Amino acid sequence: MSELQFTIDGKDCKAKSGQTIVEAARENGIYIPTLCNFQGMKPAGTCRICTVKVAGRYQAACTTPAAPGMIVESNTPEIEDMRKAIVEMLFVEGNHMCPTCEKSGNCELQALGYRYTMLAPRFPYLWPVREVDAHAPKIYLDRNRCVQCLRCVRGIVTGDGKHVFALSQRGNKVGIDIDAQLAAGLSEDQAKKAMDQCPVGAILRKEIGFAVPIGRRKYDGKPIGSEV
Amino acid sequence: MGTNITAVVTGVVDAYKKDRSRLLDIVRDVQAQLGCVNDEAAAQIAASMNVSRVDVDGVVTFYHFFSKTPVGKYSVYLNNSVTAQMNGRAAVAKSFTDLAGCQFGQTTADGLIGLFDTSCIGMNDQEPAALINGVVFTRLNADKVKSIVGDMKAGKKVEDMVRDHGDGANQSALVKSMVNNNIQRKGPVIFAPFESGKALKAAVAKSPDDVIEELKVSNIRGRGGAGFPTGMKWEFCRKAQGAKHYVVCNADEGEPGTFKDRVILTEAPALLFEGMAIGGYAVGASEGVLYLRAEYMYLRKYLEDVLDGLRKKSVLGANAGGKSGFNFDIKIQMGAGAYICGEESALIESAEGKRGEPRNRPPFPVQNGYMGYPTTVNNVETYCAAARIVLEGGKWFKSMGTAQSAGTKLVSVSGDCRKPGVYEIEFGTTVQTLLELVDGRTARAVQVGGPSGTCVGKKDFGRRICYDDLATGGSIIIIGPNRDLLEVVHNFMEFFVEESCGWCAPCRAGNQLLLHKLEKIMHGHGTEGDLKELESWCKIVKSMSRCGLGQTSPNPIATTLQNFREVYEAKIRKGADYDTEFDLLASVQESCRVAGRIPNIHEEH
Ligand SMILES: Cc1cc2nc3c(=O)[nH]c(=O)nc-3n(C[C@H](O)[C@H](O)[C@H](O)COP(=O)(O)O)c2cc1C
Ligand code: SF4
Repeated sequence: MSELQFTIDGKDCKAKSGQTIVEAARENGIYIPTLCNFQGMKPAGTCRICTVKVAGRYQAACTTPAAPGMIVESNTPEIEDMRKAIVEMLFVEGNHMCPTCEKSGNCELQALGYRYTMLAPRFPYLWPVREVDAHAPKIYLDRNRCVQCLRCVRGIVTGDGKHVFALSQRGNKVGIDIDAQLAAGLSEDQAKKAMDQCPVGAILRKEIGFAVPIGRRKYDGKPIGSEV
Repeated sequence: MGTNITAVVTGVVDAYKKDRSRLLDIVRDVQAQLGCVNDEAAAQIAASMNVSRVDVDGVVTFYHFFSKTPVGKYSVYLNNSVTAQMNGRAAVAKSFTDLAGCQFGQTTADGLIGLFDTSCIGMNDQEPAALINGVVFTRLNADKVKSIVGDMKAGKKVEDMVRDHGDGANQSALVKSMVNNNIQRKGPVIFAPFESGKALKAAVAKSPDDVIEELKVSNIRGRGGAGFPTGMKWEFCRKAQGAKHYVVCNADEGEPGTFKDRVILTEAPALLFEGMAIGGYAVGASEGVLYLRAEYMYLRKYLEDVLDGLRKKSVLGANAGGKSGFNFDIKIQMGAGAYICGEESALIESAEGKRGEPRNRPPFPVQNGYMGYPTTVNNVETYCAAARIVLEGGKWFKSMGTAQSAGTKLVSVSGDCRKPGVYEIEFGTTVQTLLELVDGRTARAVQVGGPSGTCVGKKDFGRRICYDDLATGGSIIIIGPNRDLLEVVHNFMEFFVEESCGWCAPCRAGNQLLLHKLEKIMHGHGTEGDLKELESWCKIVKSMSRCGLGQTSPNPIATTLQNFREVYEAKIRKGADYDTEFDLLASVQESCRVAGRIPNIHEEH
């Protein structure tokens, strides 16, 4: 693979051809926030938090390949404020009761809220009515917390390639649907993977939980992005 | 019931040879027989096609005309575009609910009649209009509704409820529709006389590269709205590597207020299909797909018949246009009710039998389109113009219009004017000139390009309709002096909330929040701070959204805030920098209603 050069906020960066801006940024020690993105999965571009500006146009850095000579603006006050707005939108369009959530401290949405010092969101809460689905034997699906990142849709498929999770409805009614029958056939590992890949607390493994106490979880000590 | 479902599903799935890419057709046909696609039907479709149940449900619930619950023996979809509202939709809706005995969004207890709202059905020049089991009813009023509901209760066939037929091919045996073409002004490109077969002959006499060169000379840009140079698109597609290439025609025509493609499909389908064949020749395709919006189902048989005629004349089929070795045919793929399916990559997903969600780019459709092959997606009018350019030459075409916007444009005019309908005008025509043509001189505002376009006022009527000034895919809605502009904006924002595909956060959540804020202002609770927030939120949604829908959906608010700020200022509380949205009166009334008490409050107005 050939190497190419480009810049992010004026800093020279190297990328392999075909690499997305998000991937290349990490390798060059630059943090671009992401939420729906997950290493090893085809990027979906649903959350748009990684939006950057390239040649005057806004683009999602997770779906845009780095190109030779590209000039990327990322950490500007304007873009950072719009990213914060996305975090706030995700909070108000769902029902996020962090203190009672099993994922608190490990939740990427919550961690982004901290990183962007979100106090009260600028938007009014929409209080949608969302259903909880506990039909599947191993998995508990709480749509109140779902951010529609589609990691479960992309990542959890049966041996013969069937989707266990899929989107249903459209617009503000979209939600993740679980095929309870297929979910019943998930192995222990797959069920755990479904929970671990969910950035929030929408997909939980039934019958286990709170093994690590709140306060000692991944983002309780240091903010998201500090590993970069 | 169970066995019936099994028999129906098996029959339909087998008829489509269990082809995953035909899932939309399968769902439509199952629904036609069972009245809906409920959990059991969806599960059986999934099992017999070896896909997961949630994937079938995902498709059923994405499209407006598919339903998991019964839609009634007669399903009435009443258009709720702003023009329908201007023309008395509220009274028509009330007649329907009173006479049918159920509310919109419901089906009568006996399962006879279902009433539903629907986004613009492409009849804006003859509103209020509705689709009943796919049959179009235009210019509705209380009397007509009375006779329609009477006919439904008497069990009459929907086709037989249509008494008068419209003009032109609307009268043909295969259409028999009450729709009117309303062609108000013919121009040299689309509705000029056309001898079928001639354009393709002229094209195949040249090399494909020369055909593309001619289009480049003409400077033609896409007529669907985005305005991408057609010659360049065809060249990219031709050069892209792939075992096959595809030509797709975008006949989704979903932007509220446009209906010109419907009129082309009715009056000039042969020109369109020949344009597609020319596209096929140019890019190296042997198959074309016409993606036809579900609302235009009433034209399908007629269009199939036109295709058959062209096959007989060897304009389509083996050695098309008399060119040995050039084999080209066209199939029709029906949509199922989703504005987003007009976006070209969403259209491709939908044509492949999936949810109509746009794709991430790159790759672009010209590299990786329908079924993964290089594909050119073009608007109905673009293909027609391409055929005419091949006949008359690129220079001829370029001599019309402006430097950046060559040729003529069909515009669909509706709203407050005396002569609504389709006009072929030269690019560069001013709004004022158009208003004179259509006899809409009293206009207070003109919505150019539909909800996703621009709302301009009198001071801008000198501006020109073209890509470099006021761009439009064809929709022009005229708003008269007595209209409440904020009601218009509200209708447009509700449309976007309804039609967002829901994939990305800023569009899915942002449009709801914009609508919410607009309502706060309309209810008299807005402040100067709210107007500033509206502006800033519009920018966030436009900048962060993934596709053209979210990138333009704030336009109704953004462009009226810019051009009609006084309308907003008249509604807000001057001097106040904060107003809670909490409406004490409404809340107390609601809680009293729930608790069954009589409110003891005094209004201070
Ligand atoms: C939300 C949305 C809806 C669209 N609807 C249509 C449509 O109904 N018809 C159309 O031709 N183009 C529509 N487009 C534009 C198409 O994506 C595409 O640009 C067009 O079909 C290309 O054809 P053209 O180059 O001939 O205009 C839409 C775009 C968006 C973002
Ligand atoms: S902008 Fe709207 S319509 Fe487009 S992908 Fe995002 S949610 Fe879907």
